[in-house]
Amino acid sequence: METPMYQSNHRKIALGLSLIPGFGQLYNRQYVKGISFFILAASFFIVFKDLLNMGWWGIFTLGEVVGRDHSIFLLVEGILAVIISVFGLGFYAFNLRDAYKNGQKRDLGLKISSLREQYRALVDNGFPYLMISPGFILLVFVVIFPIIFVVLLAFTNYDLYHSPPAKLVDWVGFQNFIDLVKLDLWRKTFINVLAWTIVWTFGATTLQIALGIFLAIIVNQKDLKGKAIIRTIFILPWAVPAFVTILVFSGMFNESFGVINKTILASLGIGPIEWMTDPFWTKVALILIQTWLGFPFVFAMTTGVLQAIPNELYEAATVDGASSWQKFTKITLPLVLYATAPILITQYTFNFNNFNIIYLFNGGGPAVSGQNAGATDILISWIYRLTMTSAQYSKAAAITLLLSLVVVSVALWQFRRTKSFKEEDMM
Amino acid sequence: MDMKRQKLIRLTLSYAVIIAMTIIIVYPLLWVVGSSFNPGQSLSGSKMIPDNATLAHYKKLFDTSQSDYLTWYWNSLKISTLTMIFSVILVSLTAYSFSRYRFIGRQNGLMTFLILQMIPNFAALIAIFILALLTGLVDTHLGLILVYVGGAIPMNTWLMKGYLDTIPKELDESAKIDGAGHLRIFFQIVLPLAKPIIAVVALFTFIAPFGDFILASVLLRSKEKYTLAVGLYDLVAKQFGSEFTTFAAGSVLIAVPIAILFLSFQKYFVSGLTAGGTKG
Repeated sequence: METPMYQSNHRKIALGLSLIPGFGQLYNRQYVKGISFFILAASFFIVFKDLLNMGWWGIFTLGEVVGRDHSIFLLVEGILAVIISVFGLGFYAFNLRDAYKNGQKRDLGLKISSLREQYRALVDNGFPYLMISPGFILLVFVVIFPIIFVVLLAFTNYDLYHSPPAKLVDWVGFQNFIDLVKLDLWRKTFINVLAWTIVWTFGATTLQIALGIFLAIIVNQKDLKGKAIIRTIFILPWAVPAFVTILVFSGMFNESFGVINKTILASLGIGPIEWMTDPFWTKVALILIQTWLGFPFVFAMTTGVLQAIPNELYEAATVDGASSWQKFTKITLPLVLYATAPILITQYTFNFNNFNIIYLFNGGGPAVSGQNAGATDILISWIYRLTMTSAQYSKAAAITLLLSLVVVSVALWQFRRTKSFKEEDMM
Repeated sequence: MDMKRQKLIRLTLSYAVIIAMTIIIVYPLLWVVGSSFNPGQSLSGSKMIPDNATLAHYKKLFDTSQSDYLTWYWNSLKISTLTMIFSVILVSLTAYSFSRYRFIGRQNGLMTFLILQMIPNFAALIAIFILALLTGLVDTHLGLILVYVGGAIPMNTWLMKGYLDTIPKELDESAKIDGAGHLRIFFQIVLPLAKPIIAVVALFTFIAPFGDFILASVLLRSKEKYTLAVGLYDLVAKQFGSEFTTFAAGSVLIAVPIAILFLSFQKYFVSGLTAGGTKG
């Protein structure tokens, strides 16, 4: 294709002029647009001048004078300044592009759209942004903002001993991460917590998935009576709020008064088991409880899939002389796993962050000597403990960062494989 | 003959498994119900079928001079309802835009939502806590609702967008040709067709705040602001077992309505999740 023949240089002049927002538009004789761009840009600077100034200074220094400067306030203002700057730059880029595009139109001898047309285009193109903005703004402040804050916090020394307003917080680079690996107490705790988090995630989730699929297949047998009532009963653990059941279980597993030791195990002739004070048995109890809580979800999903499998598949298999086992491994299981795989993977990420059960059952305990996390603390409950009880904010932030990296990479890996990613139009 | 015996064995085994599972599921639930009628306060004396059943614990919960239970119940209802309303509005707007419009930043926006829905919003607990301190939103329900609504947006937007994508675009295109505006298409054509997924999102966002413990326990400080989850935990955790029967009564009063609500809408939950196909 040939480069278009320009008869003039309006596009360059307009681009150059709109270095001051609005002037390029004025040059293109779009007066209303030009003036409103200019007013917008000017008011942006007038309103945000102080915040931007203070914020950018604050985020680099985190304060210089003890007593006058509050490092954490400055960090918050700094992030705000960055976010506002990003929006401002976005608008600026749009202004430059708009001036260039319209200048190009003039260069090519095309007509520039009238005010009425501009208005229409603004409504049409702006509508999706208008719809998204309320949700997006809220998201920026309660989700994205905190995440940026945590990421930055991970590179500071904010803890009980560096706590404003009495002290200043400083940037320390990767020191928190180095401490996690180098200091004995932190390394030991980190490795133990990570190991149990992994065992917990895989153990509890796999068990609940296996049980859910198994029961769904059993209940789905054609000649079984009372399906509706059985299904309702099997959904019950999902229907009752989890925090209630976990607290109830922690009463049942109580070592001296709990019904499990006192009634059930006693009647089987088994001595009391230390469900709350022995790390091993606490872990067993947690995995059992999570299986109880989690299987109904998988059960319901699988039931839905099973009911959608056409009967002809099994009839054809019977004609070919397949055994029940072959039908199960060659037809049922692959179809179920294929259909539910994306949702099943989210069950793993859910348990990876399953704070409620760990905290409500036994508070992450029992305590272990020589480490600052309980024996059943997973990463997320350890972070809670560090934040709420020992004020180790920067260490907690560093661990949060590591944890989020794991979850996000699993998530991306999973969604790369799903349909919605591949179909151009879906994304 | 052999076929028949095989079938009998298979069915017997199946029923045996089902009965065993039913006992395992129902036992803890009945045990709480039983405990709530037990006289006395402690966990140690509580039996599944109490000797002289009493309604004393329920009476105590409803007596505002003795317990904050009704306040907590009201707080939870209020927070859940408001979270649901705001979430449904914001999620419908965003999901509709993502599903129907092709605009600059759409791909990046969807990608951001996808990643955000994977990070539970309490992962940024420290930040939420500190920000709430700075903005004076600690110990307010407003702060909690804002966090819940914001946290609900990414996942539910994906869920609803997945459903809206299945509504044929020809419908809104023909309406556009007939001269319908953006808002009219949204309210009169797309929303009525999206009722099932709106119901799912409404239920999810209503039930999630009920079950949340971590955010509420971090943000709410004073007893009369507590939600049910925090309040009930407070009841058992202070001196474990000493108020167990009262806790049991409180649990029954919350678990029964939620379970009924859940069971009657259970169908939609499953279909909504498989339709959106993104998250469990």
